[in-house]
Formats: sequence, C-alpha cells, structure tokens
Amino acid sequence: MSVTQLATTSSPSGLTRTREIPGGIELERILDPETEQETMTINLGPQHPSTHGVLRLVLELNGETVVRCTPHIGYLHTGIEKTMENLSYYKALVLTDREDYLSNLCNNLAYCLAVEKLMQVEIPKKGQYMRVLLNELERIASHLLWLGTHALDIGAMSVFFYCWQDRDRVLEIKEHLSGVRTKTSWICPGGLRGDAPMGWMARVKEFIEYFPARIEMYETLLTNNPIWIERTRGVGVISVEDAIAFGMTGPSLRACGVNLDLRKAQPYSSYEEFDFDVAVGQHCDVYDRYRVRMEEFRQSLRICQQAWDKITAMGPKAPVRSADRKITPPPREELDTSMEALIHHFKLFTEGFHPPVGDAIGAVEGPRGEKAYYVVSDGSNKPYRARIKGPSLYNLQALPRMVEGRMVADTVAVIGSIDIVLGDIDR
Amino acid sequence: MVDTDVRLGLSGSDLAIRDRQFKADVARADESNLTPDASAEFRALVEAGLGDEIVVAKRFRGQDFLICHKGRIVDILTVMRDHPECQYNLISDILGLDLLGFEKEPRFEVVYSLYSIPLNQRIVIKAQVDEDDPTIDTASGVWEGAEWPEREIYDLFGISFNGHRDLRRIMMPDDWTGHPLRKDYPLGGEEVEFSHNVRDKTSTPPA
Repeated sequence: MSVTQLATTSSPSGLTRTREIPGGIELERILDPETEQETMTINLGPQHPSTHGVLRLVLELNGETVVRCTPHIGYLHTGIEKTMENLSYYKALVLTDREDYLSNLCNNLAYCLAVEKLMQVEIPKKGQYMRVLLNELERIASHLLWLGTHALDIGAMSVFFYCWQDRDRVLEIKEHLSGVRTKTSWICPGGLRGDAPMGWMARVKEFIEYFPARIEMYETLLTNNPIWIERTRGVGVISVEDAIAFGMTGPSLRACGVNLDLRKAQPYSSYEEFDFDVAVGQHCDVYDRYRVRMEEFRQSLRICQQAWDKITAMGPKAPVRSADRKITPPPREELDTSMEALIHHFKLFTEGFHPPVGDAIGAVEGPRGEKAYYVVSDGSNKPYRARIKGPSLYNLQALPRMVEGRMVADTVAVIGSIDIVLGDIDR
Repeated sequence: MVDTDVRLGLSGSDLAIRDRQFKADVARADESNLTPDASAEFRALVEAGLGDEIVVAKRFRGQDFLICHKGRIVDILTVMRDHPECQYNLISDILGLDLLGFEKEPRFEVVYSLYSIPLNQRIVIKAQVDEDDPTIDTASGVWEGAEWPEREIYDLFGISFNGHRDLRRIMMPDDWTGHPLRKDYPLGGEEVEFSHNVRDKTSTPPA
C-alpha cells in the first residue's frame, strides 16, 4: 500500500495538506490536531516478528510518540466457524485445536464442555483430573512461549532459548501421550481419547520436579533486571474501568487488580477440588502482567502436582471417559464380541450424535483469558452454529488505549504483554 | 449399557431414533419458562418498564436466556449493566445467529452473552432482527468492547449497527461481497484452477 493511500485512509482528524515533492508525486501530510505539527503514518506489520503473527498496526507518529494506533486484523481469517457448521460434532473438534494454536487443549475443553452440557454427559472423575492436568500443562507451555517472545521483543535474547527448551519438554509430554506435539484433540466429547500410556505419568512427575528451579532462573534473569524494569514498569497502563469496559480477561485483566479467574469463579472439570491461588497485580502495566504470569507458572505446577496425586491414587483401571456409548466409542476389545458395540462404533463415527435443540456455553480460563464456545444445536449431528469467543480479540481492542501518547518502542512491549494469538482473533 | 440394549432387541437405527426422542423429552423437561419472580434480571427489566420488550424468557441447562425485541435493546443492556441485582459489567461475547434452518421469524438474532464480575453470574440476551430491516442499535455505548464484535457481525452476517463509530468489515477484505456466516452463503466459493479450465476460470465470490 502506498504512502498516499495510507495517509488518506487513516486520517480521522481530517486535517490534511497536500504537498508537491520532487518527482511529481503528491504526498498528503497529516497534521496533529493539537500541536499542528506534521505527523507520519507507518505500518507495523502484518509481517513483523514483534507483532506475534499477522497483526497490522497503522501508527500515526509525531516524532517518536504514537498519536493514533489503528489495528487491522483478519489476515488469518480462515472461516473456522463456518467450517465447523458443516462437520459433525466429533469432526469439528479438530478445528478447535487450530484456532488458538497455542492453547489447543484448553480450546478442546471449552468446546467439549458446551457439547457435554447439551448432551448431559457426566465425565468420570479421573477423566476430569486428566483434563485439568493437561490444561495446566498447556497453560505452562503457552506462557513459556509468551515469556520467550516477549523478552525477545524487549531485547533479552537468551530467555527465548531457555523458554523454547522448556516448552519443548511440555510438547514432548504431549507427544508421548498422543503422538502429536501440539494439535492433539486429546480431550474429546465424553472424556479423553484414551488413558495415559505407560511411563507417561512418570514423565509428568519429572517435569513437575524439574520446572520450579527454572522459574527461579527466569525470575533472576528478568524480575529485578534494571533494563527489564525500565522497559516495562509504568508502560501500557490501562485503567480498571477501561479494562472491564473493553471486555479484557485473563492475566491482562488480573494485572489491573480484578480477581476474575473462571477456574475459581465458575469451576469446571472439578477445579473446585484443587487448592491454588489467583495471582492479581495492581499497577495495570506491562510489568504487572509479567509478574501475574510468572506466578501462574507456580500455581499451575501446584495444580499439576495435585492432579498427578489424584490420578495416581485412582489407579490405571479407572475410566477416563463416559460409558455412554452414544457419545464415546466402545473399548476395542468389545468390538470383537458384541454386535451392539460394533453398531455403536459405526454409528458414532459415521453419523455422530444428535444433541437436543438448544444453546450451550462452555467457558474455560485459557492462558489468555476466557475462552468460550457458544454452540447452537438444531437436533442434527452438526453444530448449527459454533461461535468461538477469543479472549485475544477483546484484549487487542484495548491496545490503542494503552499505546496512544506513548513511544513507538513501548508499543512492541505492550503487544507482547497482552499475549495475543492471531489465530484466536481471526479464527 | 450393552446388555440392556441386547435385551430390548433393537437395531442400531431404532436405537438412534429412540435415543433422539429420549433426548428431546429430557430437553423439554429441562427447559422451563422464567417468570419475574424467578429471575432477578427479568424483574429488573419489568421495574424499568421494559417488561413488554421480552418475547421469551427461559432457562435451559442452568443458563438463562432473555429473547427480546430490538427496539429498546440499548435500554435493556443498560439496565443489565447498572441494576444492583444484575451488574453485568463484562461483555463476554456478542455473536450473530442466522435462524434460517429453524424456519423461524425473524431470521436473525444478535446474542449478547454477559458476565457479572461482582455477582459471578451469566445471562444471555437475544435481540430479534428482521431480514427486511437488518439493523439494530449499537451496544458500544454501554461497553466499549462491543465495537469489534459488532463489526464482525456486520461483516459476516450483514446486520448493521446504528450509531456505530466505525462500521467497516473486519475479517473479510473491504471489497468483499456477501456475508459468509449467513446460512444461504455456500461453503465453497471459488472454482479450483486446473489446466482444463484455466481460461474460463472466474474468481468472482458468490453473491
């Protein structure tokens, strides 16, 4: 897009002046309404590494100060909601992994909660604990990616490599479980696809014991680092009222001092049985968002440990999925002996199941905030409508409020601090 | 489970039909109409003189739904936000619904899924929107965060919002025709290019 087009499309102030420059090209200069000074419009993204995907920001600058920030999204819009309407409930599940591609299991759970609410299915306790364990591991993996890229944006290169190393351990745990590193679809309507394979629990235990020392290491690298504090403290401040009015959720909202965590407020999947604290900040800035997420590492590990204990106490024989054959496939060994099992298996994977007519909301606390699925059933085997509420969409909406009037370099820090994923925004 | 089915001697498809009927019965039993006595939100709206705006008030699977006319939707949402028994200060989500497949009138619904941080409760407000006049007042004056989801509904459903500050397409390109999440919009739009149809390939998106 040429400079001329940019200038005309993004000047809501209306104060423009055309100037002839050598070569015959006409450039429109925008005047800052307050200072009457010329401003410059630059394009940040969509192919800029520090915008965490394909986010495009049109920044109107006066010197180095951001006068106006206009986000443009939609570059990653793949019509996932439309596609889900045309797949059976079981098949639509795999798309939930692919919208917010850094919190796959949390998305699975939100979708499954909505479908299970429609179907009125009870999940066995062990299945619920496994879901909790997987969700918390996912949160750790997602926060590790956030920490690495956020630190890299601000200039702390080495943190990135350590974070990647640790995230890979979580991905290996997921790979051991399912054979897939990220998009496992392991949480499915009715429970889980299967129980933990041999040696998996030991591997999780190993990670739970290994990771606390690493959190300490990240804290020594950053928390009291004068450069880090200088770049983050007092930057990207948004008032509590604004944050709520914009619909922000997750760590970004908790950094403003609002104690909203759906795991505590509206417990799902037996979260009420776990003992953990909610990290809350008070300064509403980039530094507090960092501190909140660092504390969430520790709390997630606490939950993982408790879930591990509960699952181990239940033994390997306890079921991880519902016995309702209308929604979960029968065990493999039953197929050899029971005609009914064969029929159920066949019907489930060809036709699927038919939830009753109605709407259901499934909401979980994802790594970025409230991840909610609004599923509408018309009684057929496909969701009539599956709406994905991405927390990043609402968090990103508040970005202009956080960066306008501040320096360009802070913009990058703020984008990192709200931890957006463009797959979550554009879907 | 398996034993029971064998004893009944039903075939797979019979089972599916029986299952569907059973599920439908359960759903009907689970769905109940809300009265102003049972629902604080309903009561608050009646107090504010907006009781006539509500078409259906129901509870389904422990979730409350208020379906209302679109005329005074901003007043309704303001009551929901400000009334001491409601305090829905967080906009959880706004979405569009195209009810073409239900053969119901009116065709569209704009759904406001609200969450109250102080009272820890949820409600769903649905506003009915006609196909002939697909407009509704914007909620961005009530919650600033309503701006982008409303742009998304405008883009993907073609419902426009009166008084919206910046109503443009948000997901699709600016020059796109049609609204992809409408039920009459086809799933596949563009013809795939092969050597045999490379000349007469037209890449016009469906209207």
